[in-house]
Amino acid sequence: MKAGAFDYVRPQSLAEAIQLRGGGRDTQLMAGGQSLVAMMNLRVAQPELVIDIGRLSELRTVSETGADVSLGACVTHAAIEDGRITDPSRGLMPRVASGLAYRAIRTRGTIGGSLALADPAAEWPTVLSALDAQVALRGSGGARALPCRDFVVGTYETRLVADEIVESIRVPKLSAAARWGYLKFCRKSGEFASSIVAVVRDPQRRYARAVLGAANGAPLVLVRTSELLAGAAQREVLETAIAADLDAAKDRRFDDFQRSLHAVIAQRAVQQALA
Amino acid sequence: MSQVRLTVNGKTVADDVPPRLSLADFLRERRNLTGTHLGCEHGVCGACTVLVDGEPARSCLMLAVACDGREVQTVEGLDKDRIATALREAFKQHHGLQCGFCTPGMLITARDLISRNVATSEREIRKGLSGNICRCTGYTNIVTAIGHAAKALAGGGGE
Repeated sequence: MKAGAFDYVRPQSLAEAIQLRGGGRDTQLMAGGQSLVAMMNLRVAQPELVIDIGRLSELRTVSETGADVSLGACVTHAAIEDGRITDPSRGLMPRVASGLAYRAIRTRGTIGGSLALADPAAEWPTVLSALDAQVALRGSGGARALPCRDFVVGTYETRLVADEIVESIRVPKLSAAARWGYLKFCRKSGEFASSIVAVVRDPQRRYARAVLGAANGAPLVLVRTSELLAGAAQREVLETAIAADLDAAKDRRFDDFQRSLHAVIAQRAVQQALA
Repeated sequence: MSQVRLTVNGKTVADDVPPRLSLADFLRERRNLTGTHLGCEHGVCGACTVLVDGEPARSCLMLAVACDGREVQTVEGLDKDRIATALREAFKQHHGLQCGFCTPGMLITARDLISRNVATSEREIRKGLSGNICRCTGYTNIVTAIGHAAKALAGGGGE
């Protein structure tokens, strides 16, 4: 199908984009457009005005400090895949990017767009939560930062308010001793996942977190599992913790297949991180 | 209507387009470049894949108006391209198509895989092609053709 009629504008600055966003019309921001245009073609999204922020240099910059790397919201998946930006994650982010949809999508799709859309089965909301990244937002009310873990609150639901735009994502650098595990299950490569688990374990920073995606809502932090991962846990103990974390998430209403799939994917990702 | 000026297969073109016009429909209906095929129109089938600023992109998921100032290459623009020439020959040799609907997208995607040097094994080629659907061939001959083209270009003689 084809998209319905809409107006299109390409602002020259982030400030102008925020102004347009708050202009009282039914707007949609377009970064790479790889979800939005598909949704518009299917008429699931029918905005009055599309604000194309994909080329704003303010949203494409990457900066680095001793402790973290900050990625502009409009950095593409392909740039991460190719290692064209500094990788704070010791290989996790390039691995994630390289398995995200298809190359022809990755060349245009962006990390900020993926996070802001908050598709439950998308990779970045889960992985950025596991990495303890912070998302920087900017609107007419000023700038603020939130942990990615708190940013997504449900299916396609985030804590963005009014005219706010995702500006950048700050990812802490993993130490040399850090290990990660990442597993995504889908029936066909490039598809949205049926289960995703990202595990990051950084003993030097006393940090460990395991996060489940495609979890019928926002990414689900596996709390007990994460606590155990901070120490030196036995395999059987971790399996019990994963089961307990999944059982505790009653609001997700996993069916038997999902429950069993998530458990297996989580166990394997945890073992990767411990190897 | 919005003014758009872009390069298509090396030629600068200017046009007035409604914002809802996709790059694919712009190429097919305004430029008569019907080599770019439209299958699913939501980014899944890969038939409409073209090169935008040298990188593969789904022309059904790009708005023509957003391509202002960009350089677009379609399958028609790859006549003299070294990799595409080797691919066309290999697709012919190894019967890499039947109905031909997916072929433009297959060629553009395969050209990108070879140019990024990620067509060095069957597994890599199959992963790289996972975003291009073919309903005729069962993929075997397409994968074989791409493998041979990659080897021929690397100086292995294609065998």
